[in-house]
Amino acid sequence: MPVNDTYRPKIVAFCCNWCSYAGADLAGTNRLQYPAEVKIVRVPCSCRVNPIFILRAYQRGADGVILCGCHPGDCHYTKGNYFTRRRMTLLFSMLDYLGIEKERTRVEWVSAAEGNRFAHVMQDFVSTVSKLGPNKRLEDLRCKTK
Amino acid sequence: MQRIGVFVCHCGTNIAATVDVKQVAETLGKEPGVVVATNYPYMCSLAGQDLVKDAIKEKQLTGVVICSCSPRMHEGTFRKAAQQAGLNSFMLEIANIREQCSWIHKDVAEATAKAISIGRAAIAKVRNDQPLTPSQNPVVKRALVIGGGIAGIQAALDIADAGYDVDIVEKQPTVGGKMTQLDKTFPTLDCASCILTPKMVDVAQNEKIHIYSYSEVEKVEGYIGNFHVQIRRKARYVDEDKCTGCGLCTQKCPMKKVPNEFNLGLDSRHAIYIPFAQAVPKVATIDPRYCRMLREGKCGLCAKVCGVGAIDYKQKDSFVEQDYGAIVVATGFNPIQLDKFDEYAYSQSKDVVSSLEFERLMNAAGPNNGVLLRPSDGKPPKTLVFVQCVGSRGTSCRDKEYCSKICCMYTAKHAMLVKEHYPDTEVYVFYIDVRTPGKNFDEFYRRAVEQFGVHYIKGMVGKVVPQADGSLDVQASDLLAREQLHIKADMVVLAAAMEPDKSARHLATMLTASMDTNDWFTEAHPKLRPVESPTAGIFLAGACQGPKDIPDTVTQAGAAASKVIGLLSKDHLTGNPCIAECNELRCNGCSSCANVCPYGAITYVDKEFKMPGRVVVTRRVAQVNAALCQGCGGCTVACPSGAMDLKGFATSQILSEVDAICQ
Repeated sequence: MPVNDTYRPKIVAFCCNWCSYAGADLAGTNRLQYPAEVKIVRVPCSCRVNPIFILRAYQRGADGVILCGCHPGDCHYTKGNYFTRRRMTLLFSMLDYLGIEKERTRVEWVSAAEGNRFAHVMQDFVSTVSKLGPNKRLEDLRCKTK
Repeated sequence: MQRIGVFVCHCGTNIAATVDVKQVAETLGKEPGVVVATNYPYMCSLAGQDLVKDAIKEKQLTGVVICSCSPRMHEGTFRKAAQQAGLNSFMLEIANIREQCSWIHKDVAEATAKAISIGRAAIAKVRNDQPLTPSQNPVVKRALVIGGGIAGIQAALDIADAGYDVDIVEKQPTVGGKMTQLDKTFPTLDCASCILTPKMVDVAQNEKIHIYSYSEVEKVEGYIGNFHVQIRRKARYVDEDKCTGCGLCTQKCPMKKVPNEFNLGLDSRHAIYIPFAQAVPKVATIDPRYCRMLREGKCGLCAKVCGVGAIDYKQKDSFVEQDYGAIVVATGFNPIQLDKFDEYAYSQSKDVVSSLEFERLMNAAGPNNGVLLRPSDGKPPKTLVFVQCVGSRGTSCRDKEYCSKICCMYTAKHAMLVKEHYPDTEVYVFYIDVRTPGKNFDEFYRRAVEQFGVHYIKGMVGKVVPQADGSLDVQASDLLAREQLHIKADMVVLAAAMEPDKSARHLATMLTASMDTNDWFTEAHPKLRPVESPTAGIFLAGACQGPKDIPDTVTQAGAAASKVIGLLSKDHLTGNPCIAECNELRCNGCSSCANVCPYGAITYVDKEFKMPGRVVVTRRVAQVNAALCQGCGGCTVACPSGAMDLKGFATSQILSEVDAICQ
């Protein structure tokens, strides 16, 4: 697939309110730069993210989806991120079956203190997805506004 | 038709320097449903808030989007402002264009485009917002403390001091817990009884405190502010109100060979007993396992000698039901059983004792009245070996992985006490590391080494072999000198690891309070909420949460009490309205949601549904307890039929945000 220099991927990042969203805020407070392609959706806990949300993002033209939660054992709701881990394992095999490159979807644990890590993870993820190029596999063209 | 207002903040230059705020406002103003879009240098200032409030009133807004800093910063501020202007506070969303946009990008065009995208997502969410009202739940102004050790006593006293009623449930016949068995306390070497027993008396005399001794929690229902608890009062075969604690019955009882738990079986007591002289309540208890009257129907001596007729052989377990607003868990710890550590010959030799047994041997109220004698032959020991970390900091299945925290200090205390009373005794301490963090702790340990000449040897004891002459051959390695040692000892004292009380697991299940892999109760946050359980309304005090010494226990008990007081001082609790909600028409009662709920907030009820054709169908549907649900949303994903949704973070809201971002 030809990738020109102006290609900018669309990336949806689901961040749990207590750790990762706060980590993203910390990255901002410390003025740590990461690509503008990342747009964050705040959820109370990573376990609120239904795999359907991720499929929907791909349908609507997202090129990569990243889900960030508290580190295992640190969940604000004690075990929400364990559910996330299991559910995402299942989703990964389904995405694989659908033919979506597995690098496009990622789960990362970022604590509220890890602003640095948040920025690094996002830089790395955006560059990975940029290399893969646009995702057309699931995109529902009927949803295109133009 | 929705009428949405968009307010873009400059945040001085924090946002305006990299985001073209005017363009953001103009572009977002063209979004469907947006009737007003404006920008202002400081939206969180009073003038800025007034701008929002006036717009809500003038334009009759149904939803508000504030493009500003993180919602973690000013969501509360703006929601309050919206409420004051007559808009439901949950019809407002924050678009985070500072921390997640202007501060992390340098290119103005790029940052402006992202800010518009973030704003669009917030507008999309607001379109799907529903007005929410936090629930108001009344608070029962009474607290329950489970466990009557020093943690429970301190918590109860502090709560009672604030004027609230407290009940203590203690499973033993007396309150006091492990601390009653201790001799001296580190690092001051003041006697444990002298500082504890006055507190026990305070508890007994406090009008606000009721002690349910020899009782256990049987059932817990309800939620923060409204717990309903059933307490089992075990039959002690003695009328607590009549018994004066004179102790005559305990002298006349013919069953004399009952192992005395208070002295850890080092001596014996009678079948009817008062655990120790300062017991609170000072009431006799009959041990039904040994009483001849209860086992064989013969004897009845205690009833004959009792001057007040307090003995009642027909007493049965009774139940008390009571409502509480808050529960403090203070179930404490136990030293581990040492039968799996047979290399130390614990079960082969009477002269190998645990530290708590040693504590009793040294105690003036102990089996030898405080004179240190070998349990096997009653002779004073000349050489003592203390072994640290028995069962702690190990990786095998019999060991605990954690450090039991207090052993280094109490071993130093034991060594020091021995040297103080019997200066001729040789005392060896085998350690892996000596850990003495705490006020005056390291000074205390150094005193044991420098002033009292206790031999500290880095290394573990491999084996203890009882010898024919009654001595113990302690085989150990000295890691610093790199040599094998054989020490001929008269007594060996094992610093057994701490483990949670056995009853804790069952209690945790009743309370739906979470525990870690070692069965210690988990705190809501290890640093910032150390005395609260993740289950609302359950508080933790003392060693039930992890190994702890007395100062830490008392500190935590006081902290837990202050949390309880804070809770009980409210007449109503305002709930978090962003909680799960079940669409009963879709729910098929499959239990998937209840299985993942960490708070036990989901129950099931049978409900009648009117179907077409006057058919009434009864179905099992899920019900969310608003006071228990914390709003994690785990159930919404587990639900196979999509009946569960999370208010404030509804599926429709998140999907619309995703759509807006991907536009």
